[in-house]
Amino acid sequence: MRSRELGFRLWTGAFALVLVLIVAAIRVELTRQSMLSIQKFGLNFWATRTWDPVTGEFGALPFIWGTLYSSVLALAIATPVALGIAVFVSELCPARLQQPLIFLTELLAAIPSIVYGLWGIFVLVPVVRSLQTSTPEVLQQFPLFSGPPLGVGMLSAGLILAIMVIPFTSSVAREVLKSVPIAQREGAYALGATRFEGIRAALFYARTGIIGAIMLGFGRALGETMAVTMVIGNTPRVSVSLFAPQYTMAAVLANEFTEADTDLYLNALIEIGLLLFIITLVINVLSRLLIWSMDRSNKVVTPAAEPLAEAAA
Amino acid sequence: MRWQHGALAALGCAVALTSGLAAQNMQINGAGATFPYPIYSKWFAEYNKLHPNVQINYQSIGSGGGIRQVTNQTVFFGATDGPMTDEQLKAAPSKILHFPTVLGAVVPVYNVPNVTVELKFTGAVLADIFLGKITKWNDPALAKLNPGVTLPATNLTVVHRSDGSGTTFIWVDYLSKTSPEWQKKVGVATSVNWPAGIGGKGNEGVSGLVSQTPGSIGYVELIYASQNSIKYGSVQNQTGEFVRASEQSVTAAAASTAAKMPADFRVSITNAEGKGAYPISSFTWLLLYEDPKDKAQAKVMVEFLRWALTDGQKFAGQLGYAPLPASVVKLEMTVLQQIKAS
Repeated sequence: MRSRELGFRLWTGAFALVLVLIVAAIRVELTRQSMLSIQKFGLNFWATRTWDPVTGEFGALPFIWGTLYSSVLALAIATPVALGIAVFVSELCPARLQQPLIFLTELLAAIPSIVYGLWGIFVLVPVVRSLQTSTPEVLQQFPLFSGPPLGVGMLSAGLILAIMVIPFTSSVAREVLKSVPIAQREGAYALGATRFEGIRAALFYARTGIIGAIMLGFGRALGETMAVTMVIGNTPRVSVSLFAPQYTMAAVLANEFTEADTDLYLNALIEIGLLLFIITLVINVLSRLLIWSMDRSNKVVTPAAEPLAEAAA
Repeated sequence: MRWQHGALAALGCAVALTSGLAAQNMQINGAGATFPYPIYSKWFAEYNKLHPNVQINYQSIGSGGGIRQVTNQTVFFGATDGPMTDEQLKAAPSKILHFPTVLGAVVPVYNVPNVTVELKFTGAVLADIFLGKITKWNDPALAKLNPGVTLPATNLTVVHRSDGSGTTFIWVDYLSKTSPEWQKKVGVATSVNWPAGIGGKGNEGVSGLVSQTPGSIGYVELIYASQNSIKYGSVQNQTGEFVRASEQSVTAAAASTAAKMPADFRVSITNAEGKGAYPISSFTWLLLYEDPKDKAQAKVMVEFLRWALTDGQKFAGQLGYAPLPASVVKLEMTVLQQIKAS
């Protein structure tokens, strides 16, 4: 039996190793294939704003900016909504409504992103445009709301990403809340807590898991391609305006990869892929560190926190 | 152990069967431009009906990908909307020949509130619009071209393709020929550094944005505009006529350049001379090695091209392309003989 135990351990260990090898291989291959661009532009690639396939000048700054901006915006919109859904479904909602609500939020995750994109062009973009035309003059003076009323742009992208992220964040947050030990709540109520205070205590107890849920949404927003490219306007420009058309890293890859005709051009696009890989990795490591530091400072470990952090990674 | 023998025997049979089929059947793989994909798939299907043993597979992965794959010899033939550059030809292991197969056109589409008539454009005005220099619909330059039309003071929104595309190549090639400023500032490629406007993905992305955005102007393939009944303008050609894109006007553009056709067919026919020629037209090319490795495939491919350039041309019109002028087909037939198929 011992040898069987060992065999099983080696067998599953090999699969775990495959995962590590795949990540390493992606990193190596992306670097190898973008060598021309890395050698030519070096670190300037991160900071240059020009993207000109004709003259062969490439810089990734507008794409990095657009990716981070749209994802953070999506997170800012999605997180309160997703947590609200999670709290309502797991704590407050009548039992009869619970299953239909869970089903509906999860249905959102099953819609293909091209469908979100088309809905974005034909429904969301006109709404955002009319929102923009009805923005008061005073507000339009601010850089955050400046620009011609196009409808396509950062706000549309952030909204569509938020809708796509909500089912992920809320499902995971719901599961986390469900796994808060009953003793925690009973303890709170025994001390005379109101319903609201009881839920707040549960949320606090589950906070590492909830951060995991939010980061899972963030990871998804960073990589989303098709729906974003259809509503963001695809203009490589660094702007703080919510209404300005911009661009993301995933979108430029999807758009330009097939027709990249020179080696340098192709290498520059693959380097964008490499940057996206690095940025995603860094963000995941940071969120992991955040969760760890919170755990250590408090010595309270939620049972759900660990697998969730895995999922976010 | 008996079942193992049985399985082995079955496997052996299957191998024998498939290799037997392979000997009879001919599979040829190609990859490249998306623009001619509808007619290529029609041709390959029709040709398969005539010659059931010949199956040609085509992946529409884009012109850039087609050029790369044919250079690396991972496919037998490539296809592109912009001819290969000298550099790209040099990078190939041996000589690659270009064969124009059909013609296409790109048209300016627009959404101007309260304007229902067909608008007229010139290359210079289109270039100024896409450079961001003309910003209002009632600009004097546009008003002069369209007398009798009340153009509103609406802001102009430029919509271009965000994905690299042969359609963009044809469009900016034309702008660059008619506007020195465009040539100097932007240039010609399948994707460029756009001085103005917003990007839509694919023909459907551009037409979606144009139909949604009041005051916008963009460009799509003729086939796309006509199939979806999107309004498009006429464009002035070199003889001064305002021509609307159609099967006839596009073929006319090709015919007018046939006399000066270079031997390798790598020619741009935008801004073509000649009466009735639509100025934003282009060939699309099939790429073949002059001395391919697989002689059997080469023989079949040459036969296929002979058919596509003659009988196959009748499918062009119904799919929104324009057929090649007879003079060009005649030139191609002689070049086809250069391919070393045996």
